[in-house]
Amino acid sequence: MTNQSDNSTDQVHHLRRMTLMWVILSVVADILFSIFVAPHVPPGRLTETAAKDQTDFNVLFEMAVPVLFGVWIYMSYSLIVWGDKRNSNQAFSGDAARTNMKTQVSWIVVTSVTVLFLAAFGTYALIVDHGSGGGEGPNPAFAPSGALKAETAALVGKATWSPGSKNVLPVQVIAQQWKFTYRYPTFGGMESSQLIVPADTTIAFNVTSLDVIHSFWAYQLGVKADANPQVNNVAFTTTKDPGNFIVRCSELCGIWHGSMFNNGKVESQADFENWATTTEAANAANTALLPAFAWTYTPDANGAAGGYYPDGTQTPYSTVETYGSKQPS
Amino acid sequence: MSIIGRLSTAIGLFLVAVALIVWALVSFLDPGTPGGYTDYTVGHSAGAPVSVNLQTVGSIGNGYGSHPTWVSYMQKDPATGKWIHDTSMILPANSVIHMTIDQYDSGSPLRNQEWGQVQGTIGSDATLNGKSFKVYDSYTGNGVGHTFAVPGLGVSVPLIGVNGNLTNICAQAPCGTLPHNVITFSFRTGAPGSYNWQCFVPCALGYLYGNGGAMSTLNYMGGFLKVVA
Ligand SMILES: [Cu+2]
Ligand SMILES: [Cu+2]
Repeated sequence: MTNQSDNSTDQVHHLRRMTLMWVILSVVADILFSIFVAPHVPPGRLTETAAKDQTDFNVLFEMAVPVLFGVWIYMSYSLIVWGDKRNSNQAFSGDAARTNMKTQVSWIVVTSVTVLFLAAFGTYALIVDHGSGGGEGPNPAFAPSGALKAETAALVGKATWSPGSKNVLPVQVIAQQWKFTYRYPTFGGMESSQLIVPADTTIAFNVTSLDVIHSFWAYQLGVKADANPQVNNVAFTTTKDPGNFIVRCSELCGIWHGSMFNNGKVESQADFENWATTTEAANAANTALLPAFAWTYTPDANGAAGGYYPDGTQTPYSTVETYGSKQPS
Repeated sequence: MSIIGRLSTAIGLFLVAVALIVWALVSFLDPGTPGGYTDYTVGHSAGAPVSVNLQTVGSIGNGYGSHPTWVSYMQKDPATGKWIHDTSMILPANSVIHMTIDQYDSGSPLRNQEWGQVQGTIGSDATLNGKSFKVYDSYTGNGVGHTFAVPGLGVSVPLIGVNGNLTNICAQAPCGTLPHNVITFSFRTGAPGSYNWQCFVPCALGYLYGNGGAMSTLNYMGGFLKVVA
């Protein structure tokens, strides 16, 4: 009995010491991290999605730090305090390892709560941030309000976005071997090699391909969506302040895959409007020759008479039902 | 075998093994001298423009490797004046390149008419047989045979096709006086770096989406521009 109670006071004593070390180290490490590292963690804060990605990474890290220190401190403490004594001549002279129901239960509860919290947190982030910048396919489950309206209007050549309007801006990303081009249904359906988007605007990227599978990866925007032929893969993000970003193809797509990248810009709404209208005018002659804006385009791989194109008419593309509405025929 | 004999055999084999490993490592790590770069900087004085002459041919014919039926670009070696089957060039930085392309192939509508618009050239235009143009409607006339595009420099120019019904379309490079279109344009090289250029017409007949074969092999429908200071 005496021995037993000695033991328990001893345990409390050890636990208190370990807990104290653990709390101090974890708090100091998390504070240092949040001051010196967290603001610089990729992908930065160019869009809401990117900013939330950064926050998620930081939350994960700051939760992982106490777990890491918990394990390290317990392990080091055990080795140093309860380990075999150096000058002992017995086969097993350290303290005997015993089960402790309280410790086991606490461990299981704490780790389960941590993991479940992160799962709930991740799910919340996914829904609240409208898919968190990932491609959601042709019928997005997490669309921001106004997206469907803007996208439907885009399909019939109507613009809903203008500076200050707070409306969703649809931008089409067309991948082909080996370059991305961008169509702006809001600006007459013009196509451009440049990707410029306005600040403080929710963008609906409609990603598709004219040949093989590519992947549109605008890292600093927190957006990544596969580009599949005949599929409209929609990804949302909301831009914040002006800044630069890089678009890369992240699906191995052939000989020039490594060169399949371009720079992009988030510009102020006024600058964007200026660029877009200037480019629309400059490209008007070519825009008139483009196929009507559609969610997907179907180039014919075989074609008639040995050609690679379907028929040489102005509509070498077929219509595919996506995003809840049929394309105009 | 004597001890000395056995020992020297062992040491000998060991040295051979080491030599093999070193050789393998060195040849793996050494990128080697890139072959097939035509140097336009030889004798080039800073700031002077550079002239480059290419041709595109519907099938390269015999004498240039194992794919005589493949479509290809050819390059005129500025040193010898000979047409060579190399598509990579060393160009001076921040210089104007005057490009002349003799297009001997037939054309078709573009998969993406975006490439019908001349982009990234000085004046945003090119000339077709001496006449300036900015946009070419690939659904009309003979369509577009190939494009010359340097995505990293924003350059893209459509190369208008010759009449596909002609019976004397060039099928053996170099093509000389056979029917062709002459496309000229100028662009600036900008900062030193390695840029790739490619054709955006999926012109590799018989390959999936037309993008295998000649479209995916160096010295046919693409190459590198090494821009040096
Ligand atoms: Cu790609
Ligand atoms: Cu080609």
